[in-house]
Amino acid sequence: MANKIPRIPVREQDPNIRRTNFEEVSYGYNSEEAMLEATRCLNCKKPKCVTACPVSINIPAFIQEIAKGNFVDAAKVIAADSSLPAVCGRVCPQESQCEGDCILGVKSEPVAIGKLERFIGDYANENQLNLAEVAAPNGFKVAIIGSGPAGLACATDLAKIGYEVKIFEALHKAGGVLEYGIPEFRLPKEKVVKAEIDNVRRLGVKIETDVVIGRTVTIDELINEEGYHAVFVGSGAGLPKFMDIPGENLNGVVSANEFLTRTNLMKAYDESYDTPIFVGSNVVVVGGGNVAMDAARTAARLGANVTVVYRRSKTELPARVEEVHHAEEEGIVFKLLTNPTEIIGDEKGWVKAIKCIKMDLGEPDASGRRRPIEVPNSEFEVKTDVVIMSLGTSPNPLISTTTPGLNLNKWQCIIADEKGQTTREGVFAGGDAVTGAATVILAMGAGRVAAKSIDEYIKDKYQN
Amino acid sequence: MFRITKKTLLAPNIYLMDVYAPRIAKAAKPGQFLIVRVHEKGERIPLTICDYNVEEGTVTIVTQTVGASTNLICAKEEGDAFLDVVGPLGRPSEFVEETLDDLKSKKILFVAGGVGTAPVYPQVKWLHQQGVDVDVIIGAKSKEHIILNEQMSAIAKNVYIATDDGSLGTKGLVTTVLTDLIENKGKAYDVVVAIGPMIMMKFVSLTTKKYNIKTIVSLNTLMVDGTGMCGACRVSVGEKILFTCVDGPEFDGHLVNFDEAMRRQIMYKSAEGQKLRKQEKESDESCQCEK
Ligand SMILES: Cc1cc2nc3c(=O)[nH]c(=O)nc-3n(C[C@H](O)[C@H](O)[C@H](O)COP(=O)(O)OP(=O)(O)OC[C@H]3O[C@@H](n4cnc5c(N)ncnc54)[C@H](O)[C@@H]3O)c2cc1C
Ligand SMILES: Cc1cc2nc3c(=O)[nH]c(=O)nc-3n(C[C@H](O)[C@H](O)[C@H](O)COP(=O)(O)OP(=O)(O)OC[C@H]3O[C@@H](n4cnc5c(N)ncnc54)[C@H](O)[C@@H]3O)c2cc1C
Ligand code: SF4
Ligand code: SF4
Ligand code: FES
Ligand SMILES: [Mg+2]
Repeated sequence: MANKIPRIPVREQDPNIRRTNFEEVSYGYNSEEAMLEATRCLNCKKPKCVTACPVSINIPAFIQEIAKGNFVDAAKVIAADSSLPAVCGRVCPQESQCEGDCILGVKSEPVAIGKLERFIGDYANENQLNLAEVAAPNGFKVAIIGSGPAGLACATDLAKIGYEVKIFEALHKAGGVLEYGIPEFRLPKEKVVKAEIDNVRRLGVKIETDVVIGRTVTIDELINEEGYHAVFVGSGAGLPKFMDIPGENLNGVVSANEFLTRTNLMKAYDESYDTPIFVGSNVVVVGGGNVAMDAARTAARLGANVTVVYRRSKTELPARVEEVHHAEEEGIVFKLLTNPTEIIGDEKGWVKAIKCIKMDLGEPDASGRRRPIEVPNSEFEVKTDVVIMSLGTSPNPLISTTTPGLNLNKWQCIIADEKGQTTREGVFAGGDAVTGAATVILAMGAGRVAAKSIDEYIKDKYQN
Repeated sequence: MFRITKKTLLAPNIYLMDVYAPRIAKAAKPGQFLIVRVHEKGERIPLTICDYNVEEGTVTIVTQTVGASTNLICAKEEGDAFLDVVGPLGRPSEFVEETLDDLKSKKILFVAGGVGTAPVYPQVKWLHQQGVDVDVIIGAKSKEHIILNEQMSAIAKNVYIATDDGSLGTKGLVTTVLTDLIENKGKAYDVVVAIGPMIMMKFVSLTTKKYNIKTIVSLNTLMVDGTGMCGACRVSVGEKILFTCVDGPEFDGHLVNFDEAMRRQIMYKSAEGQKLRKQEKESDESCQCEK
């Protein structure tokens, strides 16, 4: 019966209009739509969706509350496991997580879990629901490094059980990639990111911005001089990679991180802000991940004709299907099976073209994906003013090099066991700093696991 | 908020400010910089830490107005505050790590150009306190643009001045004085530290290369975050591409590709020019009501 109705589509901004503004692409469900979609859930006895969610939100329980119109109770169910529902409902790769395993997906379309979660997250923020229950202070202090999803999740769980928690953030604004990386049109900053961070603050968590751990103060000083009983490192993977091809330092070549930081964190798209951005008329984005899609769609909104160059074929594009689809709708051109070999400059040192070579897919490599091989004599040039390099990022060595005993693996990631314990006593880590660039929800999951370990560690050490 | 506890005019368009930032004051070492953001819509502006006072919790910055954001910084008065100040950033100068014996065995020359005199001063002071005496060349457009001359003379062994118009010291460039010291005054230096405009650091490096004198320069590239996250500050040093904000700001002057670095500095020039024009227009308009 219930699953007879098809999945309720979500209303979106018209592609031709939205490619000229930075407002959110997806409008989300209203209460009628949400309640109707909620009736599709079968309320499974052994819900597979829950096991596929890295923070194990009780999905059928919150959806049943939505179906009954009990939005406050739905919000309470989610709050038990996630402090960022309005964020995750928007940016989680649901199709490969909760929704990917929803039983309805076998025969028809899965329940729109992400959109429902977003609806509740927004409802809670708009109505300023106070869902936090905080235990009495237990007298112990924990320092959290980085205010991205890993740090926020860890801070939330510790604050709830009575810890005095302070987050140290290097930038002038909290949020990590949510603030500086993911664009406004996918994740509104005031309405969503700030609102969810304010919720974390409401638990008593303090956030000190403008503190670069390893430079302003070291982990040793936090422990020895400022009296922190444990430290969680959630410093992300922010160091951009370049290709090492000729011409990469020409004027007009930027990393996706620089391009997105200028537009998101520094709001260069808004003329009343002081930070400049250079876009030109033609932009080439190199890479095929979510970050590349964000850079391409941002450049389009700033008025450029945008081409994405990616060395494998469409099926291997690492970006979410929804993002690629949105990018295509917005007029982004994809040059697939194509790899840059050189960036060509004019006599003044500005980019004028990018030289590329055609690729073919050969045998699968270690990652299981077919390895791209160059097609001989197939080089060609694409005219462009700007090249945005979006080739991935790795963790920044600032903290590891200033913290004796904190060891890294060969990819520069902090070594931590499945409980978040690093090679240094009292220091825990999680999120992109440990795994390399991954997802918001995996970072949150790691932050929560570490919070549990920190609680055990402190109780073990100090309360006998 | 980071309060300005002192402000002085050093030369036309160059201001010295003490800013209350106790965490930075405690951690700072010579050679490092900080980043200032004046207001909610402001840019992140890198400035060298020119001095620090742990007891008072203050750091000293010296800013020259060259565009919209440095104008905003210099328009702040004693008692006002900056919205954000973060640091210390970058690596401390190499000599901080060296042993005193090593340092005392070396003949060091500092070459300071314009506002670059400000970051040279704490380095000379630090060395002076360790009992290491050094020579300094200060260069500027004219006499009135020479800053910190007296303070520097009190702590350096010799201070030589070069001005474009000859209104003080030698008429000519800092490289004129540098060549003269080596060629005619029998000076032999083991290390030259040059801080000033890119073009000056380029020519100092070319000059010292001829004499095979190790040369350290402090680069003022474009920056956004200053923590190694964006790559805006990248510079070619020898075969390598390095990030000024985390690998520098001090590099071997003989290895830096200055032409590329100077070209990269102007990447946002036209956009920045528009901001400046807008700022000037707004201040014109705000003045009209007084007329
Ligand atoms: C453009 C872009 C788009 C993305 N899109 C998606 C998406 O759609 N869905 C998805 O699930 N994931 C997406 N991701 C990935 C996701 O954002 C990250 O995996 C996630 O943010 C990692 O969280 P984190 O807390 O580990 O680190 P981060 O979010 O990187 O936060 C780390 C924080 O630590 C701070 N920090 C670093 N070093 C220091 C220091 N020394 N001292 C103090 N603070 C420090 C940083 O400034 C930063 O604020 C995207 C990433 C990018 C860049
Ligand atoms: C490590 C470092 C230390 C510095 N120390 C000092 C200092 O102690 N005192 C001082 O007065 N200045 C210093 N600077 C330079 C100062 O940051 C720039 O003058 C300032 O950013 C210019 O901003 P604006 O908006 O006022 O001018 P704009 O109009 O933005 O630019 C004016 C000129 O400065 C160049 N410029 C723009 N942005 C930067 C930037 N972020 N960094 C360098 N050059 C830039 C432009 O290409 C242009 O030629 C330092 C720079 C760096 C990187
Ligand atoms: S947090 Fe992400 S994976 Fe979990 S239920 Fe929500 S959208 Fe699905
Ligand atoms: S698997 Fe699908 S139908 Fe079953 S509880 Fe989860 S969301 Fe509902
Ligand atoms: S300023 Fe961004 S990496 Fe150096
Ligand atoms: Mg500027």
